Amino acid sequence: MATAVRQEKTLPQGDEAKSREQKGSSAGAALPPGVRAPDFTLQTTPDQTLSLREFLGCPVVVVFYPADWSPVCGDQLALYNEILPEFKKHQAQILGISVDGIWSHLAYTKDRKLRFPLLSDFEPKGEVAARYGVFRKAAGVAERALFVIDPEGTIRWSHVSPIGMNPGADGILSALEDLEAHRKT
Amino acid sequence: MAKLTLPVGKRDHVRGPQDAAVTLVEYGDFECPFCGEAYGDLKEIETRMGPRLRFVFRNFPITTAHPNAEGAALAAEAAGAQGKFWEMHDILYENQDALELESLLAYAQSLGLDTRQFVEDLKAGRFLSRVKEDFMSGVRSGVSGTPGFFINGIKYEGSYAIPDLLPALQHAAAAKTSS
Repeated sequence: MATAVRQEKTLPQGDEAKSREQKGSSAGAALPPGVRAPDFTLQTTPDQTLSLREFLGCPVVVVFYPADWSPVCGDQLALYNEILPEFKKHQAQILGISVDGIWSHLAYTKDRKLRFPLLSDFEPKGEVAARYGVFRKAAGVAERALFVIDPEGTIRWSHVSPIGMNPGADGILSALEDLEAHRKT
Repeated sequence: MAKLTLPVGKRDHVRGPQDAAVTLVEYGDFECPFCGEAYGDLKEIETRMGPRLRFVFRNFPITTAHPNAEGAALAAEAAGAQGKFWEMHDILYENQDALELESLLAYAQSLGLDTRQFVEDLKAGRFLSRVKEDFMSGVRSGVSGTPGFFINGIKYEGSYAIPDLLPALQHAAAAKTSS
């Protein structure tokens, strides 16, 4: 099973924005730091839902991604799966969200041995992604976007990557460290 | 531009001269098919660059996707402790479809390693913290998948195919020598 992708060329900032626009980028910009994270309740198994508010009291990393099974996503989620102990050091919970149906999520989780929940933003399609400003309407999928939410429910860091590029984990880990440093002072 | 957060040092497995104009660091996974593909290209690149290139390998096993990747990384390190890191590195990439314990032992034997020590090192996970350190140094340097490359400490975002990677290295070598 291929979990790696050939590195793609990075586009300069301006071209990247233009390229996103051409591909039908999300209508609004991603919610910025300082904004309260909109609550959501989404299915994670056929008979279970998860709400953001359940995680108040610990940092939450919300990972929007376009689709289960696409090679770049696989790589990205595999990486997060691999460094779950690092997230745990910060008591952080990681949640993956895409517009895929719950059955796809279940099969995908099993196949990739993912140990964190995937939530289904399926009906109304992409509604949660849209509330976070990261729904690509023309394509009907979420942007590849990351949000780090503090224990009180405020967004502290957000990042949108070009759709074909794996953002890695360094930005998330730095944001979690900043959060911790900030709370200690 | 992402930078290598853990500089190349004594801890590293290095092939090529210390004072080479270019240092290429690879973060790789022995079970990753793309790394396997890159392995052949890199061999040729090393030959063509000659003494201008110093090559460094660090482990980046994605263990949940590649069940034998961590064992293979530990085997390479255990071989390294007996002075045969690069020999094992090459064998592993040339035999990516056979990386389970039994095969690793056979490779150790073929390299003339002290197999008792080798097995003990594997079982005790003696080099696990080193492999994890490699991995996290990659994550913190912006490696998001394998193979991940750094040329003179700067993340290389292009492809590892010879027509792309070789000119990038030659360019870095020229820039270094002219400065």
